[in-house]
Amino acid sequence: MKAGPRGGLLFLAVLVVASLLAPYLAPFAADALDLANRRAAPSLVHWFGTDELGRDVLTRVLVGARVSLAIGVLSALMSAAIGVAVGAVAGYAGRWIDDALMRATDAMLAIPRLPLLMLGAAVLQPGVPMLILLVAVAGWMETARVVRAEVLSLSSLDFVQAARAIGANPIGVIVRHIVPGIIPAATVATTLAIGRGILLESTMSFFGVGVQPPTASWGNMLYQAQTAMTSEPWLAIFPGLFIFATVLACNAVGDAIGSSPTQRQSV
Amino acid sequence: MRGLIVRRVLQSVPLLVLISVLVFALLQAVPGGPLAAYLENPNVRPQDIERLRAAMGLDRPLAAQYLSWLWAFVRGDWGYSFADGRPVLDRVLERVPATLELVGASSLLALCIALPVGVTASVHRLFDRISSFGAVAGISLPVFWFGLLLQLVFAITLGWLPSSGRSSFGVSSFADRVAHLVLPVLVLAAVQAAAWSRYLRRAMRETIGRPFMNAARVRGVSEPGVLLRHALPNALGPFITVVLLDAAMMASGAVVTESVFAWPGVGSLFTESLVKRDYPVLMAFLMCGAVAVMVLNLVADIAVRTIDPRTRGAA
Repeated sequence: MKAGPRGGLLFLAVLVVASLLAPYLAPFAADALDLANRRAAPSLVHWFGTDELGRDVLTRVLVGARVSLAIGVLSALMSAAIGVAVGAVAGYAGRWIDDALMRATDAMLAIPRLPLLMLGAAVLQPGVPMLILLVAVAGWMETARVVRAEVLSLSSLDFVQAARAIGANPIGVIVRHIVPGIIPAATVATTLAIGRGILLESTMSFFGVGVQPPTASWGNMLYQAQTAMTSEPWLAIFPGLFIFATVLACNAVGDAIGSSPTQRQSV
Repeated sequence: MRGLIVRRVLQSVPLLVLISVLVFALLQAVPGGPLAAYLENPNVRPQDIERLRAAMGLDRPLAAQYLSWLWAFVRGDWGYSFADGRPVLDRVLERVPATLELVGASSLLALCIALPVGVTASVHRLFDRISSFGAVAGISLPVFWFGLLLQLVFAITLGWLPSSGRSSFGVSSFADRVAHLVLPVLVLAAVQAAAWSRYLRRAMRETIGRPFMNAARVRGVSEPGVLLRHALPNALGPFITVVLLDAAMMASGAVVTESVFAWPGVGSLFTESLVKRDYPVLMAFLMCGAVAVMVLNLVADIAVRTIDPRTRGAA
């Protein structure tokens, strides 16, 4: 494994631990107001500065990491479940089922994803669990396509043909013979979906239709920061830096899995 | 070729119907339904709401409502904006030139970066390492944050460029227009160039291993000649396909970029309408976006067939 993905994994691990331990690690309570120290520039006490209510930005970044990471990871796992199910059924069943499922996938891919999500969120005004569901429903198509292609190539292999020939139950064949073969491809797609989910959530929150204050997420911290760009740029710089670094880490790890030798053999 | 176009247009009809059902269903999910804007207005009495429902046909079955909505949409009757009462079609059309200007300029810049970077990365190891990292960083950038940073550095701190808008008030010089274009184009082009250079590198790598490359070398073609005259044309087909298939991504990027820089295009119309819950405009945006993506997919097919003679026989 090269330095990039290794660094990415390390960063993600540290971030997950730090956000879980945020109440113990963070120097301040997440919603502690310090009105005497409002809009303080980064210093040794407040590493990332404070916001317009005197809340410590570092603390809020760590606490916000929980929300942002939870949305990224859980929505990616749900996308993976939907995508694998659609892709496996389409690839294995073939004929009209394949046609119908792939047309639906194409239709979803043809609608610009972010505007669709923003509209959905504006209409439904979701809490965090609903937001996870929305991001997942908007992100399963890539996985479905990759999995379908993989299933098609696996289905033509001898051991699958043999299982079919002796009359094995189709669902049994999918679960026992096909699914193990699509795990590498599905893993890559899921890793990339985590980064995409975090980007989508932060963008939605930045436009005020994602995670709602007072719950902190990286995106809504930037939403609150954009009016203060001239006077308190640190409010925007640090949460954005964390979004960037986290998505970069996910993409680097996903790329590395995708181009590793074990992955290449199974294609 | 004409057969292909007709076939693809016919294939896209069920797709468009699916999308229109989805968009229509979203409108129905609005709390309070399509008349939500009137429900909260104290000057509108309950009997007025009933009268409106009957007048607008909202008391009919959903299927009938859907069909008449679809038929009106196809004829270009997209309803009236909640925000200012003007026809939605007019509001959308007046924003199109600004978006075309922005997306056109950024696509051009992105191509100028992606072509040399993608080709060089496919043959040069060290450059590949560096450019691959740059490309992954580019696709990982939160677009809105990158835009804010550029505004902070180049508009607020250095004061070199205007931070937002398409032109200064009362000024109509070419230089002023270009100055306003620079930052949003940089933001959009960074994302596009990152994605496109990756596609081109991959397409080039797949071409470089092919036997005809060695055949060309054996015939004494120089190494740059092999690369540019034999590998690149073969890689361009798949490259153009993925670039055009990515059009939906570009639409999302344009929405964010235009909003951050207050660029008066279709994308910022979307976020403005989102704040005002201007559903007719939002629906029209999604439908147009989907149609645009499909048209670009068709263009991709035609372009590949024109560039790559091998694909002409296939269905």
